[in-house]
Amino acid sequence: MKPPAKPPVFLERASYRQRRLGDAAQFLPLLGAVLWFIPLLWATDGPEAPSKSSMLTYIFVIWLVLIGLAALLSRLLPDTDEASDDMRR
Amino acid sequence: MVSFNILILVALSYVAVLFLVAFLAERRAAVGEANWLRSPVIYTLSLSIYCTAWTFYGAVGYAARSGLEFVTIYLGPSLVMVGWWWILRRLVRIGRAQRITSIADLISSRFGKSRWLGAIVTVIAVVAATPYIALQIQSVTLSLAVFAQSEGAAWSDGDFVRAAMWFAAGLAVFTILFGTRNLDANERHPGIVTAIAVEAVVKLFALIAVGVFVVWGLGGGPVQMMARIDASDLDLWDQDTNRWFGLIFVSAAAFICLPRMFQVMVVENDDEAQMRFASWAFPAYLLAMSLFVVPIAVVGLDLMPAGSNPDLFVLTIPLSQGANGLAMLSFLGGFSSATSMVIVATIALATMVSNHIVVPFWFSLQGDQRGAMSGDVRQLTLLARRLSIAGVLALGFIYYRLSGGGTALAAIGLISFVGSVQVLPALIGGIFWRGATRPAAAAGLLTGLVVWLWTMFLPSFGPGAVIPVAVFADGPFGIGWLRPEALFGIGGIDPLVHGILWSMLLNSAIFVAVSLITFPSPLERLQGAQFVNVFEHGTGARTWSRLVADAEDLLLMSQRIIGQTEAQRMFAREAASQGIPGQMPKATPDFVARLERELGGSVGAATAHAMIGQLTGGSGVSVEDLIAVADEAAQILEYSNRLEAKSAEQEATARALRDANAKLTALSIQKDAFLSQISHELRTPMTSIRSFSEILRDDDLAIKDRNRYAGIILDESIRLSRLLDDLLDLSVLENGQVVLRPQTGPLSALLDRAIAAAGLHERNLTILRDRAAEDIEITADLDRLVQVFINLISNAAKYCDAKKPALTIRVSRTKGQHRIDFLDNGIGIAAQNQELIFEKFSRLADESKAGGAGLGLAICREIMHRLQGDITYLHGTSGTAFRVTLPVMSAPVVS
Repeated sequence: MKPPAKPPVFLERASYRQRRLGDAAQFLPLLGAVLWFIPLLWATDGPEAPSKSSMLTYIFVIWLVLIGLAALLSRLLPDTDEASDDMRR
Repeated sequence: MVSFNILILVALSYVAVLFLVAFLAERRAAVGEANWLRSPVIYTLSLSIYCTAWTFYGAVGYAARSGLEFVTIYLGPSLVMVGWWWILRRLVRIGRAQRITSIADLISSRFGKSRWLGAIVTVIAVVAATPYIALQIQSVTLSLAVFAQSEGAAWSDGDFVRAAMWFAAGLAVFTILFGTRNLDANERHPGIVTAIAVEAVVKLFALIAVGVFVVWGLGGGPVQMMARIDASDLDLWDQDTNRWFGLIFVSAAAFICLPRMFQVMVVENDDEAQMRFASWAFPAYLLAMSLFVVPIAVVGLDLMPAGSNPDLFVLTIPLSQGANGLAMLSFLGGFSSATSMVIVATIALATMVSNHIVVPFWFSLQGDQRGAMSGDVRQLTLLARRLSIAGVLALGFIYYRLSGGGTALAAIGLISFVGSVQVLPALIGGIFWRGATRPAAAAGLLTGLVVWLWTMFLPSFGPGAVIPVAVFADGPFGIGWLRPEALFGIGGIDPLVHGILWSMLLNSAIFVAVSLITFPSPLERLQGAQFVNVFEHGTGARTWSRLVADAEDLLLMSQRIIGQTEAQRMFAREAASQGIPGQMPKATPDFVARLERELGGSVGAATAHAMIGQLTGGSGVSVEDLIAVADEAAQILEYSNRLEAKSAEQEATARALRDANAKLTALSIQKDAFLSQISHELRTPMTSIRSFSEILRDDDLAIKDRNRYAGIILDESIRLSRLLDDLLDLSVLENGQVVLRPQTGPLSALLDRAIAAAGLHERNLTILRDRAAEDIEITADLDRLVQVFINLISNAAKYCDAKKPALTIRVSRTKGQHRIDFLDNGIGIAAQNQELIFEKFSRLADESKAGGAGLGLAICREIMHRLQGDITYLHGTSGTAFRVTLPVMSAPVVS
């Protein structure tokens, strides 16, 4: 029996891009979590403390950024669903 | 001022509209015209059941009490959604490939289609969801009471209970009508999903409308609103770091683990495109839902009299400003939030209860015999599901009654989340780690459940309610490190964070540890591989390979479960795809596996597996089946190996037979030749004897002639008798009747005797010997041995055709054998004849001068065999050469 062919070590440029997009999609929630944990570092009293409205704005701006990035990624990410369609019959 | 009766009327009409929407959607789906139902927008909207009445009303109250912390409940799910590529994509794919019907089904399927695991997850889900359902009932009754009060009628306890009861009953009717109408293979509910989508729009619209009213109508625009927030007393950021972390984690985990979320996200999912769209659209929905929460809270705190319930600001602000229409809309928003959550949660829970508790229990009552099929499973499943729906709602109602509907109930939302989240380790471990095992999942789940009950659920009723105050202070039986709010003696943590931390830590630790030390069953390993590698292989579970089920039996059973028309349509489709339209399809393993998945959609994977198992003659547990199949394969392999060996053996035998046959044919030819020869040989002396005897009978012969003739007769008689002697000798030797007389004597003397007896006097044959080598003692029947030597020497004398015939006698000794070689300098014997010379009656055809009958060498060989030695033709010499071998210490041989 012939041993199964090994996958190539290096991918083509297009496949490489898609893999990295998948990585990006996995990093996105991490990025969001880190950004949303940043307010924990803020001072709560004194002159250093940011205003209430800017705190609120920060949270929602991060939210918008994440939504935008997710929308962008959802367009770029490869469609992995094709294979499963015939299976569903 | 809104008339309470009008409000009731509006609410009822709203419900009627929902009925209509659900009914129409169901009808369109039934005729296959519901492609728009599968649109990603509908899917995203259906996810909004995450936002319940608790969030619709409660978020503002939460913000008014704890500032920005309310937003963590939305941040967690947002993170999960934008990271869909990682977990949700996998879950949805697995759900589709394995026809998963609920989160209990997923866990049960992954860990070897275990009934027990399914039951454990179901119990956890019911315990965790009951307070949450009670919370929805409470919010609806509270909002109704607000309107009643605005009319001047203060509600009594009895009014609350009546309202709650009507609400719960109405929901039960709606859910039973649309949730159990069709027990279809996919466990999808197009009607319900569409109604939920409508409700999602209503609640978003209502909350945004209130928000716009507050910001632009009361707050004077966004900029002024921001200033107002900055100026307000509301403590927006007073975060306990642990709570911030813990709540984001719990809400993210609950978003995956809540049975109702699993239902809309995984079970009702159609394709990845829906998930792709929802990955950003649902976070956007959540953002919109929480955008106006803080402004409403701030304005509410300013406007409303001190002590008013901030949970109802969404309703009371518009009412206080006389915006009755808006208040009505807001009520409908809250109503929508409550109903959609309760409907989906009840369906999900009812599916789990009927598939993982009622039906398996019924099956175990029926026993394993085929008679278990006699009942109508379809009816049973539907009934079980309807009863479960009613039961779950009744539990919620009872909980609402027992808790008294106070603020204690509001706190339970998060506690309920943490309960549901106990499934997380088994779920994540199950879909990412092939090493996760069934005992580990069960142990982890039970540990998590116990810790959660002890540290969160039971204390939530308040000190002294379920757990005595003394236990809170000193631990059970005075064991300090088991205090419910300070496990292991680590106190001072926020109770919520404490509960999350310990339940998740212990749950995960036990899950991992038990996984590492236990060994999964074959079916578990198979399922594990299919779940973890769901993106590598596209096939679903396939375990039925040895089938004795009839298609008729399968059809009968399927009809009982998924209904007559559906089952028959499915079988007809299968027959068509097998190329035999109009007939019963063949029960191929492929078909049965698919059928099992379809049935699994209705009654759960474990039950479907058990039912198919009964029909296919399996024991119901396919582990044994798998092993049997593996055994069978091994047996077949072994059998084929044996066959191969046997056929090789037969081939060898056939070859030997062919060789023997060739030899026989050659012999037969030789024998024919010999017979004519021997008859000639016999006849020649007989003829002479007869003629000379006749001559002797005449008396007038000279004495000299008479003597000569008598001499001839004597010679011929001697020749005849020698021939007959030889034949007799051979026959005796062959029959083993010979008696050997072992003696010991020197070899040289034996050779001397043989040469002397060979009668070489008249022939010119030179004998070359090595007397030194011959100086050995031989133990054998020496007379017989000499007979062999004589034969060989006289043969050389007779047949050697050299000009100066010479015979070399070589003696050597190897490996316990004496070798005596007789080599002459003639032309030797042709290779094709070397095999034949030892056979009886063989004489080389071209050798006409032979005087013997061709028995000499045959006799020699028989003698040597009797003496435990041998005589062989010696290859690779120029002349004729024979080798006589004798064992060195030839023990005295008795025949």
